[in-house]
Amino acid sequence: MDKLKTAKEAIQQVQTGNTVMVGGFGLVGAPLTMIEELTKHEAYDLTIVSNNVGEEGKGLGKVLRQGKIKKAIGSYFTSNREVGTLYNEGKIDVQLVPQGTFSESIRAGGAGIGGYYTKTGAGTKLAEGKEEKIMNGEKYVLEEAIKGNVAIIKADKADTLGNLQYYKTARNFNPVMATAADFVIAEVDEIVDVGELDPESIVTPHLYVDVVVRSRYQLTKEGVVELG
Amino acid sequence: MNLDKREIIAKRAAEELKPGSIINLGIGIPTLVTKFINPDDFFIHTENGLLGMKELESDEEFDPLIVNAGKMAVGEEIGASYFDSATSFSMIRGGHVDVAILGALQVDENGQIANWAIPGKNILGVGGAMDLLSGAKKVIVSITHTAKDGRIKLVKECDYPITSLRAVDAIVTDLGFFERVDHEWVLKEIMPNSSLEEITKNTEFHFKVDQDIN
Repeated sequence: MDKLKTAKEAIQQVQTGNTVMVGGFGLVGAPLTMIEELTKHEAYDLTIVSNNVGEEGKGLGKVLRQGKIKKAIGSYFTSNREVGTLYNEGKIDVQLVPQGTFSESIRAGGAGIGGYYTKTGAGTKLAEGKEEKIMNGEKYVLEEAIKGNVAIIKADKADTLGNLQYYKTARNFNPVMATAADFVIAEVDEIVDVGELDPESIVTPHLYVDVVVRSRYQLTKEGVVELG
Repeated sequence: MNLDKREIIAKRAAEELKPGSIINLGIGIPTLVTKFINPDDFFIHTENGLLGMKELESDEEFDPLIVNAGKMAVGEEIGASYFDSATSFSMIRGGHVDVAILGALQVDENGQIANWAIPGKNILGVGGAMDLLSGAKKVIVSITHTAKDGRIKLVKECDYPITSLRAVDAIVTDLGFFERVDHEWVLKEIMPNSSLEEITKNTEFHFKVDQDIN
């Protein structure tokens, strides 16, 4: 069974109205090739689950400018202020979540957990309307799991089964997103034969991954470059 | 070494760190703390997934895929480890980080801070601040005493949205060093070129003055 597909074949999975998780901390560890493909793909009214929604006009910031995003769920849109501007103009919906709650809700989504209580955010504006519970004398809030129709993630290496290894801080949200969507597309810089990855260093086992795409755009010392 | 105001604050905050601690540094002045500590004595945790961060020492070390929480390129210390964001925040919320040094827009008499939103502005970023306040064993705020426009940051009560119900443990500014003692602010130190009069004039919340200060 070979999961290798082109970016164009893989993006067909994304449909209008879908919730799409996209990995990356800013552009670091973002699936830049698949995001570029998303800009050419006819899918609208998307709910994007992403920590930042890229940067202004870069990465997911391009998709935002195309008006394809209906709602953004993430923790830090300060790095793409266009999100805040569109939100204030009433053009998109935003769900701002503390970063630890963001990653834990995705983890819960992938682990079959409906919700969980956390101290983070209790008593603040971001917890308004959420169920509260006092445990051991401290206030906690109920947070619900986040799941997606499709997750588009970035890893460093895959084998042809779809086992994944990551690189440095480009790992970030990618492993948890790989667990929390119905269909998972992994963009990688290198594809090797089965058996070549050390089983001890596989972070995402292949059962989470549906499709593997080779990257064409990479973040290098010279910035984002397109490979020949 | 001629230090500017921000560096003076970072240097004083660095003096609060005990060797061997796991520390997490927020964006802005806290990032400068690395300049004033011996990297061999501390383990710096960055919430985007690295324990064992260090400052870049040369251009050859630059790797665009190793960044800190402010998305600035950093280096990797010997003994470093990488992990995903959910694991990273489990470390934070679970009480495994000894000290977080954070910036703030306001700190109030109860020790609560506001640092993630300004009403009416298009800034929508909370990041990891709420998690660090809920889980770090000790939280130190390092800020300039007043804003550039003169606005007072040490207020009676935050009127910007608060970040957590938890009170922070200390405040370092360019004018003074405050510690939380028995649910009250105590001025422990007056910074060089500052005075009690200047601190009092620029501080709205009530504070006690440590008896060792004359």
